[in-house]
Amino acid sequence: MKHTSKLADIALLIGFAIVVALGPVIFTPIGAGYPDLLQKFAIYGIFAIGFNILFGLTGYLSFGHAAFLGVGSYAAVWSFKLLSMDLLPAVIASVLLAGLLALAIGFISLRRSGIYFSILTLAFAQMCYNMAYSVLTPITNGETGLRVLRNDPRHLDAAFGYVSPMPSLLGLQITGWTGFYICGAVLVAAFGLSIAIFRSPFGMTLRAIKSNQNRMGYTGYSSRPYLLSAFVISGMFAGLAGSLLAATDPLAGAERMQWTASGEVVLMTILGGAGTLLGPVLGTGLIKYFENIFSAYNEQQLTAMFAFLPDGVREAVVKTTGLFVGEGWQLTLGLLFMAVVIFLPGGIMEGINRLLGLKHTPKVKSLGDSPQRDGLGEMVIEEMPPSHGAAEADKKVAEQKNAEKKRAVAP
Amino acid sequence: MDAIILQILNGLDKGGAYALIALGLTLAFGTLGVVNFAHGALFMLGAFCAVVFNKLLTLEIVRVDPTKTTPWGSPLEVKTPYVQAMLGDWGKVFIDYSVPVSIVMAIPVMLLIGIVIERGLIRFFYKRPHADQILVTFGLAIVLQEIVKHFFGANPIAQSAPQIFSGSLQMTEAIVYPYWRIIYLAFSLAVIAAVFAFLQLTTFGMVVRAGMQDRETVGLLGINIERRFTIVFGLAAVVAGVAGVMYTPIVPPDYHMGMDFLVLSFVVVVVGGMGSLPGAVLAGFLLGILQSFASMNEVKALVPGIDQIIIYLVAVVILLVRPRGLLGRKGVMES
Repeated sequence: MKHTSKLADIALLIGFAIVVALGPVIFTPIGAGYPDLLQKFAIYGIFAIGFNILFGLTGYLSFGHAAFLGVGSYAAVWSFKLLSMDLLPAVIASVLLAGLLALAIGFISLRRSGIYFSILTLAFAQMCYNMAYSVLTPITNGETGLRVLRNDPRHLDAAFGYVSPMPSLLGLQITGWTGFYICGAVLVAAFGLSIAIFRSPFGMTLRAIKSNQNRMGYTGYSSRPYLLSAFVISGMFAGLAGSLLAATDPLAGAERMQWTASGEVVLMTILGGAGTLLGPVLGTGLIKYFENIFSAYNEQQLTAMFAFLPDGVREAVVKTTGLFVGEGWQLTLGLLFMAVVIFLPGGIMEGINRLLGLKHTPKVKSLGDSPQRDGLGEMVIEEMPPSHGAAEADKKVAEQKNAEKKRAVAP
Repeated sequence: MDAIILQILNGLDKGGAYALIALGLTLAFGTLGVVNFAHGALFMLGAFCAVVFNKLLTLEIVRVDPTKTTPWGSPLEVKTPYVQAMLGDWGKVFIDYSVPVSIVMAIPVMLLIGIVIERGLIRFFYKRPHADQILVTFGLAIVLQEIVKHFFGANPIAQSAPQIFSGSLQMTEAIVYPYWRIIYLAFSLAVIAAVFAFLQLTTFGMVVRAGMQDRETVGLLGINIERRFTIVFGLAAVVAGVAGVMYTPIVPPDYHMGMDFLVLSFVVVVVGGMGSLPGAVLAGFLLGILQSFASMNEVKALVPGIDQIIIYLVAVVILLVRPRGLLGRKGVMES
């Protein structure tokens, strides 16, 4: 991945932009070519891209990222209520607020690593969720959810004499295809930003932290500021996604912050391939597709689908497939989750690479190595030095492993 | 004063449930080194063992009684649970006591489930990082939940405690305490004692404890430590399961009850100290009591919303101030 040229990166970005632009055409044959769903692809894609900057690069598994999404939504709705129906102030407000919250949570949580970090972030997210339902009801409107009303003050709008019944961007209403293209443009921008981060020295530092934090310390790097920046950046991405979510559906509820929502973004990222550029977006698309298309199937449709089978067999087939679609789509999701973690820790991206045989990548053996495990557990080897031949590189890795094993046994 | 005693009592039975779940989690972590996010689902499965058992007991035989007729003139159908038909009055008692009796069914079932999960899935994850373990067991939890939801629906299924325990104990004028909660507290203490006795007093337990200290050396002594750890994982599942069974009269079980408990019990484990069994028990009761104190009206008036976040707040403070947890061993997951 690393030894791609700048040109290749730009090509990747342009290709990505083209796919987003042609989204309506591409996704129609599989029944996903309508704006609401594609919009969701884009919004959750941004969320997952942000999460990937933290988890994919540093290996710190946050189980509370949905809190930033939820706070972003609330901030955006309040901006719609108090400032303006325009998207820009809402985005600024929610990115800032989510960033601040991430700064506070990250500052505390990042004192620990590994599973403790996961549990700390989980605890903070649950706190936010519980408070949104109880004490903060004046701000969050509790279980009913926060909604935009016609007679809200909207001071900026009043000052400029601007009237819009729906959230809009510079006069363009965020509904239907316009809505999708606005979200899509933001997605492309977010993707570009993530490419930039992946290729920057900052991104390399984050990877180094993932592969061996102690060694980073020995070479004189203090890892915490880097980790904190990564945490805040990914929190801001989540806030951005939250504001777009609020703009397309101006009703913010606390259930967006529940920890199952945090689990979902983890799933999206690892399904696509944590630490890869395209992976999170692919994973998001797949899961949102499952959620919307699979969950809509019902028994009649299945019966019609399997009409070619003889009667007795058909009933059995419909019954068993019925378990996995419709209301049971979460079962499929859970199975998929397990299957990916067990068989394809590198996610879809690794699968594609392996199928195409494009790159000589050593098999990815784990998702995100937690920092303190390194050296004892298997290492993720992401890239090879370009100058060596594959065989030579393999030998080198083997030597390195042996040395590491010896070191592990020695004490 | 009365209010304080009441809150302590309330906290104790909730704490009992936390302690039991956390105990199982710690057993799995201390032996296999596996962070099991599916543990809450095991608690839920235990609760549904009670539901299934109750359903089995109340299967009915329908007989047509020719001598009587319904008001509409058709012959009256008499429905009697077959247990009652077979055993007479004993059958009635049996049904009344379905919750405690279902423990008998829950123990082998949960043991089996635990062993199957360990052999079939978790043993492939010993060497993988904790993040992988968390994720795969999280997926497993979703799958177990959805299967239960498919068979039992999404609504809670209320179970009743035996008739004689359904009342409340009037301790003083202000303190009223349901009998079943007393039973639950006693039960959880008994289970905790049994687990500790098993680990401290039996040879099997001794080997397991040795394995927790140094797995490799125990293996070198020619002991098949892996098989014992598998059984311990089964035991952890049993502990979670029976905790679930006995909890059904307190909160009607539904398919996601496990998830609600899981997050809390992880916090409990971390507060108690990862891998420390006494720590898990202590933290369970402590957090249970703290939580019920925080839900007192006087406290809530002082700090609004504290009842919702107290546990997480305590966890954050403990993790930052005492990285090892309350009773954590030195060197276990301490970074």
